[in-house]
Amino acid sequence: MTRGSHAEAVDDVGTDGAAEEVAENAELELRGVDKIYRARSGATTQALQDISLSVRAGEFISLVGRSGCGKTTLLRILAGLVSPSSGQVLTGGRDLWQGGRRDLAASARFGLVFQDANLFPWFSVEDNIALPLKLRGVDKRTRRARAAELCDLVGLSGFEKSLPRELSGGMRQRAAIARALSYDPSILLMDEPFGALDALTRDRMNLELQKISVVTGATVVFVTHSITEAVFLADRVVLLSPRPGRIRSVTGVEFPRPRSLDVESEPAFQDVVRRLRHELDEEGG
Amino acid sequence: MEPNPRMKWLPWVSTPVVLVLVLVVWQLAVSVFGVSEFTLPTPAQVAGALGGLLTDATTWGHIAITLAEVAVGFVVALATGVVVGVVLGRAEWLERALRPVLVAVQVVPKVAFIPLFVIWFGFGVTSKIIMAATLAFFPIMLNVMLGVRSVDRGHRDVMLGLGAKRWPTFRDLELPSTLPYVFAGMEVAVVFAVIGAIVGEYLGGSEGLGYLVVVSLNALDAPQLFAVIFLLAVLGCLLYLVVNGAKRFVIPWHESVLGADTP
Repeated sequence: MTRGSHAEAVDDVGTDGAAEEVAENAELELRGVDKIYRARSGATTQALQDISLSVRAGEFISLVGRSGCGKTTLLRILAGLVSPSSGQVLTGGRDLWQGGRRDLAASARFGLVFQDANLFPWFSVEDNIALPLKLRGVDKRTRRARAAELCDLVGLSGFEKSLPRELSGGMRQRAAIARALSYDPSILLMDEPFGALDALTRDRMNLELQKISVVTGATVVFVTHSITEAVFLADRVVLLSPRPGRIRSVTGVEFPRPRSLDVESEPAFQDVVRRLRHELDEEGG
Repeated sequence: MEPNPRMKWLPWVSTPVVLVLVLVVWQLAVSVFGVSEFTLPTPAQVAGALGGLLTDATTWGHIAITLAEVAVGFVVALATGVVVGVVLGRAEWLERALRPVLVAVQVVPKVAFIPLFVIWFGFGVTSKIIMAATLAFFPIMLNVMLGVRSVDRGHRDVMLGLGAKRWPTFRDLELPSTLPYVFAGMEVAVVFAVIGAIVGEYLGGSEGLGYLVVVSLNALDAPQLFAVIFLLAVLGCLLYLVVNGAKRFVIPWHESVLGADTP
């Protein structure tokens, strides 16, 4: 799969083909992942079925699908918060789950951003951002300096000493992103991080996220239910279909990143959006 | 409901107004409507009795005794309540196993135990301390148990995602998120501790403000009875303010502190 800028800005890639092709230098790889939830009553729900996906270093992947299609579960499995029922999660060639236990060294490469900012209300913005560094035993002065640097990056300068409750929703989410970036993770996993924001703020956050992903060179897996957002941000859009969650299609978006909002009005862009929406509609429901 | 910041001054005006109104109605009840001074002494008589009490050194001894009983009982309840609350909050099976017992102990009116405590621990301060601690224990324990279980799922995910170990998870997440519950329990518990100590003093012993109430009653000295009740009210308020002040100092970030600008 090459990133060009030819007129036909879209190419469909079969999931199997993609997995084989980049398995060698995959930053993040899922191999035949299943997830089965067992309710207390004994009933089982298959949340994910045979998910195989390979993500290159520096790539931006969007996961889209209807509510309940398992995209959050998939992200939580990638993050190591939930273990897969079967299959493997590999990061940099290492298995994330070593004999039923999460490999902490491997998961240290992840930065997580959730739908809610999940800032600790008892810490200032600065202390929230530097929390991962504190857990890693970094001294206070270095933490403070790094927090100031990150506040600058995400546009929160001057709010270092504020409490989370004094910030707007968008600012809190920026702080959450800064926290995830504080220890230079090579992979950013984001679960509908801008879902709770208004459309204008969301556009601005998407632009900034792009800037950040280009500056830091991080690999990003981004869960969203907005097709436009998915296409705008990603190199590849992975469409999940529900019950059980499986990969329906993987669509490449061949506009060079970072992109401006003008991209959204280009016919080729709208074409991709339309096709994905059509696919989603075909599932009914 | 968001309190209007411009209404901040309101309690400072309304409280004296209410107080003055109460005093006026009180005085009128005696002087105009002819309520017997024997049952309802005038504000002036109560003030006189209060002055008499405060200039008497033995009163201060009684106050010190009651305060000591409340303080020790409260601290004991705080320590045991937090420990038991954390254990029961963490070990859900244990809480389930003990739930019938806990409910049974809780629904029994604890003041009914006072005679027992007197038999076991005598007429001294010990039985009152134990009574104060028993009453104060439950609100703290129940709140801590709730607090331990109410750590935000999203916050837990953050710590889990960062691979935080047990101690940092406690220090940076579990402790600070449980503290508001501890203080909520303490605010109730401090009032209960006063009740426990006073009722304990009613039933046995020869010292403390509760004893002073009984003495005033036996002498049918209504003004002094009112005066002691007033002292108890002041004591309760002071203790509450101490707990509330500690809360403002320890968890200044919490809504209950930030949202409550009015006293």
